[in-house]
Amino acid sequence: MIKVQKLVKRFGLKTVLRGLDFQVEQGEFVALLGPNGAGKTTFLRILASLSRPSMGIVNIAGYRLPEQAAAVRRRLGVVSHQSLLYGDLTAEENLMFYGRMYAIAGLPERVREVLELVGLSTRRRDLVRTFSRGMQQRLAIGRAVLHDPDVMLFDEPHTGLDQDASAMLDTVLREVAARGRTVVMTSHDLARAADLASRFDVISRGVIGASVRSDEIDSNDLLAFYRGALQES
Amino acid sequence: MSEARPVKSLARENSSSKIVNFIRAMGAVVWKDLSAELRSRELISAMLVFALLVILIFNFALDLDPATRREPTITAGVLWVIFVFAGTLGLNRSMAVEKDRGCMDGLLLAPVDRSAIYFGKVLGNLLFMMMVEIIVLPIYSLLYNVSLFNPGLLLVILLGSIGYVAVGTLLAAMAVQARTRDILLPILLFPVVLPVILAAVKASTGFLDGSEMDLIRPWLNLLIVYDIIFSAVAFMVFDYVVEE
Amino acid sequence: MNPKPRLLTVLDIVTIILLLIATYMVFFYAPQEAVMGDVQRVFYFHVAAGWVGMLGFIGAAISGIIYLIKKDRKWDIVGLAAVEIGIVFIFINIVTGSIWARPIWNTWWTWDPRLTTATVMLLIYLAYLMLRQGIEDPDRRARFGAVYAIIGSLSVPLTYFSARIFRTIHPVVIGSGDPTATGSFDMTPMMTQAFMFSLFTFTFIFIDLFWHRIRLGQEADQIEQLRLKTME
Repeated sequence: MIKVQKLVKRFGLKTVLRGLDFQVEQGEFVALLGPNGAGKTTFLRILASLSRPSMGIVNIAGYRLPEQAAAVRRRLGVVSHQSLLYGDLTAEENLMFYGRMYAIAGLPERVREVLELVGLSTRRRDLVRTFSRGMQQRLAIGRAVLHDPDVMLFDEPHTGLDQDASAMLDTVLREVAARGRTVVMTSHDLARAADLASRFDVISRGVIGASVRSDEIDSNDLLAFYRGALQES
Repeated sequence: MSEARPVKSLARENSSSKIVNFIRAMGAVVWKDLSAELRSRELISAMLVFALLVILIFNFALDLDPATRREPTITAGVLWVIFVFAGTLGLNRSMAVEKDRGCMDGLLLAPVDRSAIYFGKVLGNLLFMMMVEIIVLPIYSLLYNVSLFNPGLLLVILLGSIGYVAVGTLLAAMAVQARTRDILLPILLFPVVLPVILAAVKASTGFLDGSEMDLIRPWLNLLIVYDIIFSAVAFMVFDYVVEE
Repeated sequence: MNPKPRLLTVLDIVTIILLLIATYMVFFYAPQEAVMGDVQRVFYFHVAAGWVGMLGFIGAAISGIIYLIKKDRKWDIVGLAAVEIGIVFIFINIVTGSIWARPIWNTWWTWDPRLTTATVMLLIYLAYLMLRQGIEDPDRRARFGAVYAIIGSLSVPLTYFSARIFRTIHPVVIGSGDPTATGSFDMTPMMTQAFMFSLFTFTFIFIDLFWHRIRLGQEADQIEQLRLKTME
């Protein structure tokens, strides 16, 4: 589903990603772990088609970035740690807007459905400005899922959420991932990632340092695995 | 709480023609900006209050006797100063909304042409600017006892606003990404939009004092040429401003 | 660091010599102008500086276009160099114009097309630098600089053209003769020679400074790269 070969990304004279290789099969849920500044967000932005690779090959759902970006975007749902929502519009209006941008058929129905899915039906006429961070994140997931994408990218979605909100988010995440979608999620939070992911990759110094499947490792050993991967690079 | 649909992408492929998609996206952007503004009314009220304040300041700063104040050159000049400065507020705010909460990324993630976003923003900005102009004109008319109900004048205001907004939207998209965000837009915009203002003021004066069309026509032509050139260039260059 | 190319050293020397000769020609070789007197000599450097200022503008716009197409950092350095040099020379142009204007038109300033355009050019140059200064990401800085240089260089001719539809009191020495323009004068052959030579010299100064500035930019990049390497 996702195939990345020798990805290089430079900002001016600084190289952030150095020949990164990455491959994800359909239906996998990959947690991308790594320290700050390792390039997680940069990598995710490139996958999201928001940033161009300096060199290398990026293939998503059979389409190549950046040349076939429009085709990729149709199949991609992205949740950033920023909500990407308009504060002065209601939840419903936000979804209606994005629905139009994605040219979705049967939009009102779909919006209703998605609001149900993320548990915000009762708040649909409320301004997003009045939402708590947790609610905004859930609506953001709703936005990302509106056009029924095959691939979903989450950039540290639990940022700024308390325990309850995080738990609610996890429920939605599982629901969203359960439909056979391919998910890549960056995270700081090993415990949460352990619960959700089917695979753990560690990014360090601009490449994937190590990778392990969730059935190959015990969740208690995850921290040791992570530290080990960082030291090796 | 689960999804009823099977997993397949809902976003339509080439079922509609490219042009329809383009217009739909553009319309969506305009609708979004108008809806948000209608609800908060922050932008329009800020621009209006600002315009009224400028009228007030000019009243005292240029302490002219009533006859002089009604002269076409003064009227045209003051009006355009008002529009230019109030317009800056609108442009800044319109782009700042996208920068907040990373909404610009949301727009860029959609499978639409970047230029649809650009034209949508331009149209929205133009509508805001025209809303302010429509309110300022009668107020100015009343305060200074000068008739501004002049179709030629309205045409000039429209053409001038188009040119202003075409370049202004592009430059605002750049300015909003800089640290010095607020003051940078006027610094970037004013020297570059000067031909528009020059032509607009001259043409406005011409219509207000009832000059011959032959005298006014070169200015109108200049406005149209400017509008076309800059809309075209801004449209071509917008990609480079928003993409990374 | 790359050692300074031999050619550049030669260019430095040649430029200095040209400047000395030009100064001699302007102050001694060219005859005194009948009506305006010695102050007219400012004209030679004034126009030449204006010419270089324009070169800077065109250079910035062209390298901006090339940068957007090729994404090669080198062109960004070229654009910045063009703008920096252009600013200096436009400023010289405005100041020398003012010096010349005072005794002739009895005013330090007037809003006629050429002066207005020169001022607008200066403002656009400065805006360019301020734009760059406000942007952290080097790639974005380069892209935005390129875009603004293109927009700016399109707008300046339009400004000049529209300002020209007004009447002008600026002497139109070369070009259409407006009989009402005071301060015009005809050039004798010796004056023409001094004038051409000044243009020639200033073009050399431009190229010389340009080359130096580009080298400076490249060296700054090299230092930055080394610094990044040591941080890893």
